Amino acid sequence: MGKVSWRLHLASLLLVLVPSFGWAVIDGHKYPFESDIDAERFAQLAEDLRCPKCQNQNLADSDAPVAADLRDKVYQLVQEGKSDDEVVDYLVARYGDFVRYNPPFRLDTLVLWLSPIILLLLGGLLIRSLMRQQRQTSTPLSSQEQQQLHNLLNSSEADIDESRSSADNK
Amino acid sequence: MKRLGLFIPLAVFIAMAILFWVGLGKEDKTSLPSPLVGQPFPVFEALSLLDERQIDQSELPNKPLLVNVWATWCPTCKQEHEFLNELAAAGVLVVGINYKDDPAKARQWLADYGDPYQFNIQDPRGQLGLELGVYGAPETYLVDAQGIIRGKHIGDLNPRVWQSFGEQYAGLTSQP
Repeated sequence: MGKVSWRLHLASLLLVLVPSFGWAVIDGHKYPFESDIDAERFAQLAEDLRCPKCQNQNLADSDAPVAADLRDKVYQLVQEGKSDDEVVDYLVARYGDFVRYNPPFRLDTLVLWLSPIILLLLGGLLIRSLMRQQRQTSTPLSSQEQQQLHNLLNSSEADIDESRSSADNK
Repeated sequence: MKRLGLFIPLAVFIAMAILFWVGLGKEDKTSLPSPLVGQPFPVFEALSLLDERQIDQSELPNKPLLVNVWATWCPTCKQEHEFLNELAAAGVLVVGINYKDDPAKARQWLADYGDPYQFNIQDPRGQLGLELGVYGAPETYLVDAQGIIRGKHIGDLNPRVWQSFGEQYAGLTSQP
């Protein structure tokens, strides 16, 4: 009994001591990492970086040979302890901004970033001017028109009553 | 004034049409601008193809030259090979990078189709290719006498491409 609990203690101690190993699996390849954080970072980078050969896929999805090379390079850089920015900068220095699915905010990408906001503002202005136009068309009625409307409403009510009663009689 | 407002949809349409015409109608979407233009040729350590010597960037001649990335598995490289032979015969310096290839096959290829290269850098694992931002063969870099990359062409070299690329090369050679 005492022996078993001793073993149990040792086993749980070993479990605590063993570092948590992480794995990232892409395209059938296993990329082992010493920590889950690095494995996650690697997977995220492979998602965010674009394959230069097959232009509408990221490194994780593409099975082009060059994408595999770049994945291996990203793996190597992450293993070397490079930060996400350093990894991205390394690839941008060689393949250009093209490899980023997440473009930087710069003078030459200003249009890209600001056009949604500008379009939203323009849309808002358009809606406002349309609403103002609508409001302007509905000017208040003159007293004469008011009377006319009143008559109309009354007469139609009477008509409806009449038709209803005649329908009941039938 | 109100009538002018009627033209807004038309103006928007024309603006979109121009945007898409320019954006989608670009002749060649597969060739990307290289950030390496203006940068020095990367340092490397590799074996030469023919005599398997250990070589590095100091082997590059201090003259304007073409660096051609090629492989035997690349059909377009076969297509451009004859033109490279012609360029070499005309005195253009060409250095090759044998990219992710089997050296024995590459040597056989040069024996069969002619060797336009001053020498070839073996890059069996594509490491130098990665430093250069290569993403498909053939690619050709224009390097000046100071070892600075001045231009890049993706795809095969042919007389039509050479019209502009060759002009740039001639411009570099005429410099002191």
